[in-house]
Amino acid sequence: MKRILDLKINGAACEDAVADNMLLIDYLRDQKGLTGTKQGCDGGECGACTVLVDGKPRLACVTLAHDCAGAEIETIEGQSRNGRLSALQRAFHENLGAQCGFCTPGMIMAAEALLRRNPDPDDDAIKRALGGNLCRCTGYIKIIRSVRAAAAMLARDAA
Amino acid sequence: MTEAMPAFSLLHPETLDDALLALSTTPESRALAGGTDLIVNMRRGLVEAPKLVSLARVPELKRFETTENGLVLGAGVMLADIADSTLVREYYPALAEAAETVAGHTHRQVATLGGNLCQDTRCLYYNQSHWWRKSNDFCLKYRGEICHVAPRGKRCRAAYCGDLAPALMVHDAELTLAGPEGTRQLKLAEFFNEDGAQANRLKPQEIIVSVLLRAPRGKSAYGKIRQRGAIDFPLAGVAVLADCRKQQTTFTIALTGTNSCPILLNDLPPLGGPAEADGYFDALSKTVQKSVSPQRTTTIAAHYRRLSVAALAARLARQLWEEGQP
Repeated sequence: MKRILDLKINGAACEDAVADNMLLIDYLRDQKGLTGTKQGCDGGECGACTVLVDGKPRLACVTLAHDCAGAEIETIEGQSRNGRLSALQRAFHENLGAQCGFCTPGMIMAAEALLRRNPDPDDDAIKRALGGNLCRCTGYIKIIRSVRAAAAMLARDAA
Repeated sequence: MTEAMPAFSLLHPETLDDALLALSTTPESRALAGGTDLIVNMRRGLVEAPKLVSLARVPELKRFETTENGLVLGAGVMLADIADSTLVREYYPALAEAAETVAGHTHRQVATLGGNLCQDTRCLYYNQSHWWRKSNDFCLKYRGEICHVAPRGKRCRAAYCGDLAPALMVHDAELTLAGPEGTRQLKLAEFFNEDGAQANRLKPQEIIVSVLLRAPRGKSAYGKIRQRGAIDFPLAGVAVLADCRKQQTTFTIALTGTNSCPILLNDLPPLGGPAEADGYFDALSKTVQKSVSPQRTTTIAAHYRRLSVAALAARLARQLWEEGQP
């Protein structure tokens, strides 16, 4: 059965007829065309589908769309503003934090949630926050370096 | 390969009474908490339900308060909130450590206490896609006739892998359950069955409402063995509580990941003094080895899990004992 779902995606209000059994990832990718959120394991094991729901990281592949009614969803598409990359996007680009790029949207959204609650994380905090995000290319070192670099960029911008 | 999500209707009741009513009107309906276990299993065709009743908006399940009886944790409290609580860290450290090590940070933002206690048992022959299981003639736990782990056995050997249950069991936690027949209290240690196909004693359409933790009897700790530092379910998990009084230390140990239900060892002989320590912890390790019966339910050998759970239990017990020495 379809019902009306009201929520905000990257700041824009949305009202759509959505089936009860639709997952958030299918809603974002198939119904809203936001294919930046990646479908990896489809079982909550890889973190590629991480988005923010009311500022907290959530796995879109194990979240029902209707469980997000009234919520504010943020996806990788909402990171850049007016054509300018976010600090995390720039840092991943400059530090080679992305190789094939498939895990990158999930990594960046999980890292975004981390930097909002802890603007100056040490390596342990970064590892814990990204513990649910798998990368098969980089070996993680450059991802951790990218998150540190983004934190430094944000601190500079704020100063 | 993952199948399409089966069709179901989804309800969002806003009171406990409405949630129980919604569950009782459709006998095959299922309660949905964080969804990190149930949604995945539905997607793999392991669970069928025409109706899901989301418990996310039920305020009675979000309690997190100290009462005259002890700390009350609602079944809907998130694992991240348990792990971050200074109160839990100070008085029930095993619980905070267990919550902190469940899956990954993102899972813990939605996974709940009640969901963790009720999570389905796991097995190499069960947690697979539909076509994988079908090509193997399914298994005893779902649709099949034999257990591929123990083909001559009469029961499912899937392993219970919840991290929170042992940590709560050493602290003698008590559950409040609610269902069509009313509300009842049950010790967590009596909540589980040694049967992988039906690991807990919830009656049909019954749910966990809250968990009560009375004043702690000692210091506790939790440790687990897994292949990766995050995401993985425990190959084995151990919670230990050490009650140090005068010259004696009494240990309570609970184990997970090794059997179809968590195991509580609460009649262990006490440790007298430092002179006995080495022999005591060796004997403790042997006792733990004999208490568990890991099966071929994971890719890691059962024998290795038996040895490692015993070593981990002795290590945690010794650590707590040493911290308690003057």
